[in-house]
Amino acid sequence: MATDITFNEVDYWYQAGSPYAVQALRDINLNIKPGSFTAVIGQTGSGKSTLIQHLNALLKPSSGTVTIGDRTIDATTKNKHLKPLRKKVGIVFQFPENQLFEETVLKDIAFGPQNFGVPTDEAMTLAKKMALLVGLDESLLKRSPFDLSGGQMRRVAIAGVLALEPEVLVLDEPTAGLDPRGRLEIMQLVTQLQSEQDLTIVLITHQMDDVANYADHVIVMAHGEMVKQGTPRAIFSDADWLESYQLGLPSATRFANQLIKAGFTFDPMPLTEDELADQLLPQLSKEGHDHG
Amino acid sequence: MAIIQVKNLSYKYHNSDTLAVDDVSFDIQAGDWVAIVGHNGSGKSTLAKLLIGLMPAQEGVITIDGQELSEQTVWQIREKVGMVFQNPDNQFVGATVADDVAFGMENRQVDRETMQERVTYALKQVDMLDYQQREPANLSGGQKQRVALAGVIAIAPKILILDEATSMLDPRGRREILQTIKRLKDELNLTVLSITHDIDEAASADRILVIDDGHFIEEDDPNSIFSHGSALIEMGLDVPFSEKLKLALSTRGLDVPATYQDEGSLVDWLRTLRSTK
Ligand SMILES: Nc1ncnc2c1ncn2[C@@H]1O[C@H](COP(=O)(O)OP(=O)(O)OP(=O)(O)O)[C@@H](O)[C@H]1O
Ligand SMILES: Nc1ncnc2c1ncn2[C@@H]1O[C@H](COP(=O)(O)OP(=O)(O)OP(=O)(O)O)[C@@H](O)[C@H]1O
Ligand SMILES: [Mg+2]
Ligand SMILES: [Mg+2]
Repeated sequence: MATDITFNEVDYWYQAGSPYAVQALRDINLNIKPGSFTAVIGQTGSGKSTLIQHLNALLKPSSGTVTIGDRTIDATTKNKHLKPLRKKVGIVFQFPENQLFEETVLKDIAFGPQNFGVPTDEAMTLAKKMALLVGLDESLLKRSPFDLSGGQMRRVAIAGVLALEPEVLVLDEPTAGLDPRGRLEIMQLVTQLQSEQDLTIVLITHQMDDVANYADHVIVMAHGEMVKQGTPRAIFSDADWLESYQLGLPSATRFANQLIKAGFTFDPMPLTEDELADQLLPQLSKEGHDHG
Repeated sequence: MAIIQVKNLSYKYHNSDTLAVDDVSFDIQAGDWVAIVGHNGSGKSTLAKLLIGLMPAQEGVITIDGQELSEQTVWQIREKVGMVFQNPDNQFVGATVADDVAFGMENRQVDRETMQERVTYALKQVDMLDYQQREPANLSGGQKQRVALAGVIAIAPKILILDEATSMLDPRGRREILQTIKRLKDELNLTVLSITHDIDEAASADRILVIDDGHFIEEDDPNSIFSHGSALIEMGLDVPFSEKLKLALSTRGLDVPATYQDEGSLVDWLRTLRSTK
């Protein structure tokens, strides 16, 4: 199942050749390891959504190449024969409405697998299973996907992509609009898929806490360029550098910085509240302990 | 004075068996910023759409700025209310960003020159002036949300309803935009209703109104609401970081205060506990 992903000198222009041409990616070189959990972060308009749409050739490089497993995509790649790639790489888009179209929620979720040859009843069973996994109430399955709340639509879009059973799962701000319980459930579901089924995960997010909690690799985008990549610990070790790209720290790291001013010490800097609590406790006097 | 009064409001979608809004009553005072929170599908967007008369309620009375909402008054009332929808794509009408921002002013008797000034002003407020000749459809997610916000900033209506209008902004961008809206609200004494799952956005409100499965649950100031601790999750709000950390410390055996503490007061409290041996 090893799907290695490599970007080699990728440039991308929207409306290339027209007076309105906009360069959205500039000389991108990167590698995403099979089975890894990669977070893509960066300010509004930095090129994150453009980048990930190259992962299933929805956008093709204006120059350079993108290699996904045994497929290499470049500017000349034709739209034919892309089906295996679209099955291998499932993308949940930033605005979920844009990927819904069927008559009912159930049919919408089942569309992907059916399109790839899964028989109808099997696709329906799979769709039902995925709907439950993402927290959709059974009573909603017969409804039009457009007659739902924002968070419910988001869940339908996620379920539809999960039903494809892709090897690479790409999520563009999947938790925007989800309530906190839904956010936690979706993130746990995604990590479970990564660890149990060896899926490769690519997540675009503005939530640095999610990056700290779930990712093992981080790509930082700015103005269409990849300006840094590394582990969450390496990326979050330089607050000033992040600040210069308008990016912040995970809550625990930010709070630890406030505590340092109050005389506490941390090594290494905590990334999550559990890491913070573990390092904080030994620095507190006995009085506070064991009262209740 | 209550600028919005909602009495016994109920709404059911024709293809659903349950009420999306179920006998809801509340008042909103002029000049207040009220955050509306609730889990997915709890009826927040439906409530917002009812307030601007996008569909008639089956039961109940909505009074806005002294006028009862009805087929006769809906257009007058909509002049006083600006709304940013959950999905900005559903909102764009102009061919360019500038046209789009100007659109809301067109039926509000604003002359051309003022219109242009206000478009420029609004786009500056959301840091999108460089994009004024672009097509709204060809923007990134966060850029679209900024343009949608510029549309209501340009009108500066008496009442501003924001339905998860900052959900795709980066944290810094969100903070800046919230500050801009707060400043505008204070300068012009606007009333703001913001539907959100974001704790920072809820914290910047004067009041928080909680709804659950179409029911009104409670309304209070942010500190009182935040003191609900982990029960906040059921209300569709995240738990503030200070409370998460207190929970992590208390599961490790530390006795922590039961009342809500913001980050500043938590630092102060931890400082007093710091062992100096
Ligand atoms: N269809 C398009 N036509 C022209 N320009 C576009 C188009 N889509 C995006 N852009 C531009 O390309 C740049 C990168 O956009 P992209 O959507 O990749 O950003 P992003 O990092 O995903 O931002 P966000 O966090 O706001 O979603 C932006 O400046 C945007 O305005
Ligand atoms: N057009 C529609 N037709 C039928 N039912 C609908 C329609 N729109 C919403 N609903 C249902 O009404 C209920 C309330 O939806 P609403 O959009 O008001 O929720 P919300 O609180 O805004 O949720 P979210 O946080 O997910 O945006 C939900 O159960 C939803 O499925
Ligand atoms: Mg994007
Ligand atoms: Mg909604």
